Amino acid sequence: MISVKQLRRTFGPIVAVDDVSFEVAQGDVLGFLGPNGAGKSTAMKMLACFLPPDSGTATVCGHDILKDPIAVRKSVGYLAENAPAYNEMTVGGFLNFVCDARQITGQARNKALDRIVPLCSVDSVYHQTIDTLSKGYRRRVGLAQALIHDPQVLILDEPTDGLDPNQKHEVRQLINEMAKDKCIIISTHILEEVELVCNRAIIIARGKILVDSTPDDLKTEYNCTLDKVFRKITATKKIA
Amino acid sequence: MNGFRAVFKRELKGYFATPVAYVFLVIFLFVAGYWTFKDGFYQMRQADMTIFFGNLPWLFVIMVPATAMRLWAEERKTGSIELLFTLPITVSQAVIGKFLAAWTFLAIALALTFPVPLTVCYLGDPDVGLIITGYLASLLIAGGFLAIGSFFSALSKNQVISFILAVVACAILMLSGMPTTLNYLANTLPAPMLGVVESLSFQTHFDSILKGVIEFKDIAYFIILIVGWTSVCSIILNERKAS
Repeated sequence: MISVKQLRRTFGPIVAVDDVSFEVAQGDVLGFLGPNGAGKSTAMKMLACFLPPDSGTATVCGHDILKDPIAVRKSVGYLAENAPAYNEMTVGGFLNFVCDARQITGQARNKALDRIVPLCSVDSVYHQTIDTLSKGYRRRVGLAQALIHDPQVLILDEPTDGLDPNQKHEVRQLINEMAKDKCIIISTHILEEVELVCNRAIIIARGKILVDSTPDDLKTEYNCTLDKVFRKITATKKIA
Repeated sequence: MNGFRAVFKRELKGYFATPVAYVFLVIFLFVAGYWTFKDGFYQMRQADMTIFFGNLPWLFVIMVPATAMRLWAEERKTGSIELLFTLPITVSQAVIGKFLAAWTFLAIALALTFPVPLTVCYLGDPDVGLIITGYLASLLIAGGFLAIGSFFSALSKNQVISFILAVVACAILMLSGMPTTLNYLANTLPAPMLGVVESLSFQTHFDSILKGVIEFKDIAYFIILIVGWTSVCSIILNERKAS
C-alpha cells in the first residue's frame, strides 16, 4: 500500500533522507527506528505530503505523493511529532473541524465521533480547550484526529511519547487491533514497543536505511536484545 | 471547496473564541468614533460621513495588520500548519479561507459602526448613496491591507515582525497618494512617473470611490491588489511551510 522509491530530501547542506526505498503492505506494522536526527520524521512528513521531496517519489494507496497529494492525504491518518493542534479550540470543536476538512458530515460524523472519542479516551476533556490539556491528552487528541476517518494508512510519529504506562499499553493494543486491515508506520525510540506491535523494523541513520528486517529476525541474527542490536547497528556505522 | 469552508469556519469562530476579537472591536469602534467627533463632526454642520470615512484608512493601517499578523505566523510558530497541510486542504484553499474569514471579521467591525450613519440620518437628510459607497470603499481598503498583512504573516514566524512590515507597507501605499508626498516628488520625478506613484496609492482610489463614483479602474485596483498579494502569499507558503 505504501511504496517508497529513492526518496531524498536535504535541508541546506544536511541530507535528511538519502535515497530511501521500501514497501509496506496491508497488515504490516512497520517500526521506524533510528537515533535523533536520523531522518525518520522527515521521511514521514514526505509520506504525509507535508514536505515535498527533492527527488524520488512514493505512492500511498496507489496515489502519487507528488501528483495527487490531496488523494494521499485523504487516505492517510497522520500524527505529527508533537501532536500539533489549535490551542484555543475545545477538543470537540477541533475534532469537528477535522471532520469538516475531511468531509465527514451528518450521521457519519456522529458515528465517527461516537467511535473515536471513547476509543482515544478523550471523553473527559471533550469540552476543554486544548491548551489546558496535559501532554498525554494532547497526544490522544492528535491520535483521535488521525483516526477519525478510519484511514487505510496510518503514519504515527512517536504515538506513545508522553503517555503514561497504562495509556501506552492502550495505544499499543489499539494499534494491534487495527493492524489486520491497515498499513501502519510508527516511529519510536522505545524498542520494546517495536517487539510488541511491529512485524517489521527499519533502522535508519543519517538518512540511510541500514536494516530492513523483522524484530524477530534481528534478535536471532544478532543473538541479543533489540536494544543491543540497535546500538550495534547505529553505533558501528557511525565509526565507519 | 470543502477545505475552504472548513478553514473559513474555524478561523471566524477562532476570532471570537479568544479575547482578540473583542479587544479589537472595542478599540476600533472607540477610535473610529472618537476621531470622527474630535475632528469636528458637529462643526461641519453637514449631514454626511466624510470625516468618518476619511479617517478610517489610517485606523486600518494599524488595526488591519494587527488582525492579519497571526494568520500564518501563529500557524507556523505552533506547528499547527503541519496539521493543516496534512489534511486534504490545498494551500490556496487555506489562504483564501483565512483571508475571507479575516475580511468577514473586518466587515463585522465596520457594520458595528452603524450608530454613526444612524446619527447622521437622525440629524439631517444625508445622501444614502454616498454612505454606501463610503462603506464599500472602506471594506475594499481593509481587504487590500489584509492581503498585504497576510503576505507578511506568511513571510515570518514572528508576529511582531510581520505586523511591523505590514504596517510600513500599508503606510507607504497610503502616503504615496498624499498631496504632500506628491508635491515633493513632483520636483524629482518626471510627470509620467508621478502618475504611476499616484495611481499605485490606496488614497487616490479610496477617495474617488468615497466621492460616490464607482469606476472600473478603482474597483479593479483593489481586486488586483487583493488577488496579487494573496497569490504571492500562497506561493510563499508552498515554499516555506515546513521551514
